[in-house]
Amino acid sequence: MVDDWKNGGFAIYVHWPFCQAKCPYCDFNSHVSREIDQERWKAAYLAEIDRYAAQTPDRVLTSVFFGGGTPSLMDPDVVHAILDRIRYHWPAANDLEVTLEANPSSVEASRFRGYAAAGVTRVSMGIQALNNADLQRLGRLHSVEEAIAAFAIAREQFDRVSFDLIYARQDQNLDAWQQELEQALSMAVDHLSLYQLTIESGTAFGDRYDRGKLRGLPTDDLAADMYHATQEICQSAGYDTYEVSNHARPGCESQHNRVYWRYGDFVGIGPGAHGRLSIGGGRFATVAHSAPGRWLTAATDGSTELHREPISREHQADEFLMMGLRLSEGIDTERYAALADRALPTEKLQHLSDIGMVELIPGNLRVTPEGRAVLNSITRELLSG
Amino acid sequence: MVRMTELSHIRNFSIVAHIDHGKSTLADRLIQSTGTVQDRDMKAQMLDAMDIERERGITIKANTVRIDYKADDGETYVLNLIDTPGHVDFSYEVSRSMQAVEGSLLVVDSTQGVEAQTLANVYQAIDADHELIPVLNKIDLPAADCDRVAEQIEDVIGIDASGAIHVSAKTGIGIHETLEAIVKHLPPPEGKRDAPLVAMLVDSRYDSYLGVIVLVRIMDGVLRKGDRIRMMQNGSVHTVDRIGVFRPKMEAVDELGPGEIGYITAQIKQVRDTRVGDTITHEKKGAEKPLPGFKPSQPVVFCGLFPMDSAEFEDLREAIEKLALNDASFSYEVESSAALGFGFRCGFLGLLHLEVIRDRIEREYGIELITTAPSVIYHVYMKDGSCVELHNPADMPDMTHVDHVEEPRIKATILVPDEFLGDVLKLCQDRRGIQEDLTYAGSRAMVVYDLPLNEVVFDFYDRLKSVTRGYASFDYYITGYRTDNLVRMSILVNDEPVDALATMVHRDRAEMRGRAMVEKLKELIPRHMFKIPIQAAIGGKVIARETLAALRKDVTAKCYGGDVSRKRKLLDKQKAGKKKMRQFGKVEIPQSAFINALKMDG
Ligand SMILES: Nc1nc2c(ncn2[C@@H]2O[C@H](COP(=O)(O)OP(=O)(O)OP(=O)(O)O)[C@@H](O)[C@H]2O)c(=O)[nH]1
Ligand SMILES: C[S@@+](CC[C@H](N)C(=O)[O-])C[C@H]1O[C@@H](n2cnc3c(N)ncnc32)[C@H](O)[C@@H]1O
Ligand code: SF4
Ligand SMILES: [Mg+2]
Repeated sequence: MVDDWKNGGFAIYVHWPFCQAKCPYCDFNSHVSREIDQERWKAAYLAEIDRYAAQTPDRVLTSVFFGGGTPSLMDPDVVHAILDRIRYHWPAANDLEVTLEANPSSVEASRFRGYAAAGVTRVSMGIQALNNADLQRLGRLHSVEEAIAAFAIAREQFDRVSFDLIYARQDQNLDAWQQELEQALSMAVDHLSLYQLTIESGTAFGDRYDRGKLRGLPTDDLAADMYHATQEICQSAGYDTYEVSNHARPGCESQHNRVYWRYGDFVGIGPGAHGRLSIGGGRFATVAHSAPGRWLTAATDGSTELHREPISREHQADEFLMMGLRLSEGIDTERYAALADRALPTEKLQHLSDIGMVELIPGNLRVTPEGRAVLNSITRELLSG
Repeated sequence: MVRMTELSHIRNFSIVAHIDHGKSTLADRLIQSTGTVQDRDMKAQMLDAMDIERERGITIKANTVRIDYKADDGETYVLNLIDTPGHVDFSYEVSRSMQAVEGSLLVVDSTQGVEAQTLANVYQAIDADHELIPVLNKIDLPAADCDRVAEQIEDVIGIDASGAIHVSAKTGIGIHETLEAIVKHLPPPEGKRDAPLVAMLVDSRYDSYLGVIVLVRIMDGVLRKGDRIRMMQNGSVHTVDRIGVFRPKMEAVDELGPGEIGYITAQIKQVRDTRVGDTITHEKKGAEKPLPGFKPSQPVVFCGLFPMDSAEFEDLREAIEKLALNDASFSYEVESSAALGFGFRCGFLGLLHLEVIRDRIEREYGIELITTAPSVIYHVYMKDGSCVELHNPADMPDMTHVDHVEEPRIKATILVPDEFLGDVLKLCQDRRGIQEDLTYAGSRAMVVYDLPLNEVVFDFYDRLKSVTRGYASFDYYITGYRTDNLVRMSILVNDEPVDALATMVHRDRAEMRGRAMVEKLKELIPRHMFKIPIQAAIGGKVIARETLAALRKDVTAKCYGGDVSRKRKLLDKQKAGKKKMRQFGKVEIPQSAFINALKMDG
C-alpha cells in the first residue's frame, strides 16, 4: 500500500505564474505583472525545493516540468539554479525528462539556448492555431510565422519538441481542422497535445458564453466528429493517441504527464501548484497559495502550503481510475482492487464491454477509442460510492 | 387568559374566494387592525406558514384565528375566522371549514370579477345554509370596477350585492366596515352550555413536540383541560392535556364553551383516533348522537409514491400517515412494483394536491420520492360479469377477458372572456368534451362541458391558463361513469416495459398520445452511452416509436496534476446527481419524467 505511487513514478512540477497577456479562454493560475523580481522568485523556489526534499528522501526522479503561466519568461539562470538544486537533492533516472512550456514568440526563442544549457531536454510550445485570424480571436500575441520560426529554433536546441493546438474553435469546420492538423503533423514534431476548446467559468470566454455572446461554437455532434477525425488522422500518420488529448510517436510520450495519469507522486512547487505525496503510510493532496505575492512571502516565511489533506483509500482508487482510464494503456485492475479494497463492479464492466466502451483483458481495463469520447460517463459508472 | 364568552358575542366565519382574490391578505388586515398581532410581527399572508404556501404564494391549508373586536356598539366580540384555500384541488378544506362556522366573507377581486371558484363557493355556502357577506377587494387598483362586479354578482350568482363592502386588503380601506358587518349581519352561534359535550373535530395535524393537535368547534357543552373525552367514531378515550385558541400562535384557555373554536391535545398517538368530521364527547355522560360528519371527499387522481432509497419505506409510511392526519382528502395503500419495490398508491383531489403532498414528504420528512404516472379510477367489467376498480394502469387485466371499461366523467364550468372562447372550446373538444351549456354574463362566457376526468387531471388547468393567458377560471365535479373505448398503453424503454409509465387512453387518441409521450420521453431521458428505443404499444402492437441517440461526447480535454482533486469532485457530484434517477434495466430515467411525460403541449 505504502508504495502504490511507485507504479507511477515521481515528478516535480514547477509553476511560473506570469504571462505577457491573459488569454480569454485560460483559467490557469496566470497573471500579468510588470515588475518581476526574478532573484526573489529564485530564492523562493529554492527554499521550497529544500523543504519538499526533506519530506521525500530516497526517491528517484522521473521528470521535472516547468509549467505556467509562461515559463519561457523565466531567466535561464533561474531555471538553471532550480534544476541544479533539484539534482542536488534527488537522484535522477538516466532518462530524466525536463520539460519547459514555451510561448512561441521571438523574444522567448532567444532564451532557448540558455534553457538547454540549464538542462531542459524538452519543450512544449503553445502554438494553439495555425492561422492568424484564429490566433487573434484566441487573444494570442504571436503570429503563425513567428510560431513556426520559434518552433524551428526549438527543434535545433532540444531533442524533443511538442506543441499544443486548440480546436473546436469558433466557426471552425471539420474540413478546416483536418487540414490544419495535417499541416501540424508535417512539421516534424514528435508529440502533439490537441485540446478541444473548453469554456471555463471565470474566464473572458466563460463570461461571454454565459451572456450568449460567444457564437459559432461547434455543436456536440460536430465536436464529436472533430474528436474522432483527430484520432484517425493522428493514428494514420503514426502518432498514437496515448491519452485523451495527447498523441506521440512511439517512445516520445510525455514522461511527466504520465506520472499524473499513472497516479504517481508529484511535488508541486509554485503559486497554486498541487501535489500528491505518499508520506508515512498515507497519501496527501497538497495545494499552495495561488496569489503570487502571497506565495512569495509564504515561501520566505516557511511554507507555501494552503492545504494538506489525507486522501482516503477510496478516493485514491477513484483518482487512480479517473486518471488511468485517460491512458490508452488503461489501468491495472489488481492495483485498483488493492487501493479500493474491492474489485471493480463486474456487472457494470460487462455491460460497458458489451456496448463496446471498454476492453476487458485479464488484469487490465482499458477504454476503447469509441469509449474515449464519452470517458466521463464511463468513469462515473465505475466510481465508488 | 381568554375568558368564556356569551354566545351573542361570538361570530364564526370563513373567508372564501376564487384563488388569489386576496383572502389571506384580508385575514392579515383583520388580525392586524384588531391588534391580535403586533405590527412588528406582521408579515404578508401570515397564515400561509408552510414553505410550499409561501413559495407558491397560495393557501393550501385552512387556518383558524381568534380575534377580539371592540365594535362601534361598545361591546367586545370574539371573532373566529377561518382563511381557506382558493384552488379547486383544496375545495374540501372550504366545505369543511364552512361546517364549523355560521357565515362567510365572499371575497371577489374587483379587477377580475366573479370566477368559477366564486360560484363553487356560493353553492357550498348555500349547501351549508350560510350567511354570505360579499366583499369587493383590491379597490386600490386602477382596474377596479366595483359597479360592474357588483352587477355581475347579482346576475351570475343571484345574491344582493348592494351592501357589498369595498375593501383594499392591501391598504386597509374598508376593514372597519368589514368587521362591523361581521358583527351586525352574521348570526351568532347556537348551543347549550349545560348539554352533554358535542364537539366537531374540524382538523388535526401532527406536531413533533406536542403530538397530534386537534382543532375543535364546540356545538354543545363545555370542554376543559383534564377532561376524559371519547371519540364517537371508534370509542377511543383520551385525557385532554392542553386546551387553547390560535391567535394565531397557540394560547392556552381554561375551557371552550358552545360556539367556540380552539385546539386540544390529548396524547393521541393513533392516527385513526382523530378522523376529521368525527364528534368528540365526554367519556361519561356523553352525547347520544354524533354530528352528521363531513361529506367524504373522494380522491380522483392516483399515483404511486416510492422511496428513491428502498430502505426508506418505513419512513415513508410514517410520513404519509402523519400527513394524512392533516389532510383527510388524501388516501393511501401499500403497493409493490417490479421496478420500484415497495411504495404507496395514493389518491389525491387533483394534480396540485399531488404535487403538494409529494413536496411536503420530500421536504418535511427528507425522503426522496419517485412519482409514477398519475391515473384516475376505471371500472373494468370482465367477461365473467365481475367488476374491477382499476387504480393503476399497470394492473389492467388482459384485454381478452375484458368486456368493457368505464371511466369517470365530470361536469366542468369555465368562465372566460369572449375573445378566448374559441380556444377554450377547441381545448375541450380536443379533450373529448361534450358541450352542455353556453351562456353570457356581460363580455364573459360561461361554458359547461361534460369531460372525461382523465383528460383533465394532468394538465388541463395549465393548458387552459395558457390558451387564455390566465383569464379563464375553472371548476368541476364528478358526475359518474361512462363506457368508452379505453385501452392500456404501455411504454417500452430499451425494449423493456416500464410499469410506472403505463397509462389508460382512449383508443382513438392512442396514436396521438403515444407519439406525444415517446417524444417527451426522448427529451426527458438523458442520452446514454448506447442508443435507446422508446416505444408506445397497445397489447403487442407498437403505435409510436422514437430513438434516443447515443451520447457522442462527454470527455474532459485537459486533466493534469493540478486538476485531479477538482475533476474527481465534479464527477462525484455528477454521480450523486444520477441518484435522482431510477434504473430500468440499463436505462436511467429521471424521477421527474414520470409526471412530465404525460403533460401535453397541445
Ligand atoms: N393591490 C392589491 N393587491 C392585493 C389586495 N389583496 C390581495 N392582494 C394581492 O393579491 C395576491 C393574492 O393574495 P392572497 O391574499 O394570497 O390571495 P388568496 O385569495 O389568499 O389566494 P389563495 O389562498 O391562493 O386562494 C397577493 O399578491 C396579494 O398581495 C388588495 O387589496 N390590493
Ligand atoms: C498551461 S497552458 C499554458 C501554456 C502556455 N502559456 C501557452 O499558452 O502557450 C497549456 C495548454 O493548455 C491549453 N489550454 C488552456 N486553456 C484551454 C482551454 N480553455 N481549452 C482548451 N485548451 C486550453 C492550451 O493549448 C495551452 O497551450
Ligand atoms: S494560455 Fe498560456 S499564455 Fe495564455 S494566459 Fe494561459 S498560461 Fe498565459
Ligand atoms: Mg390564501
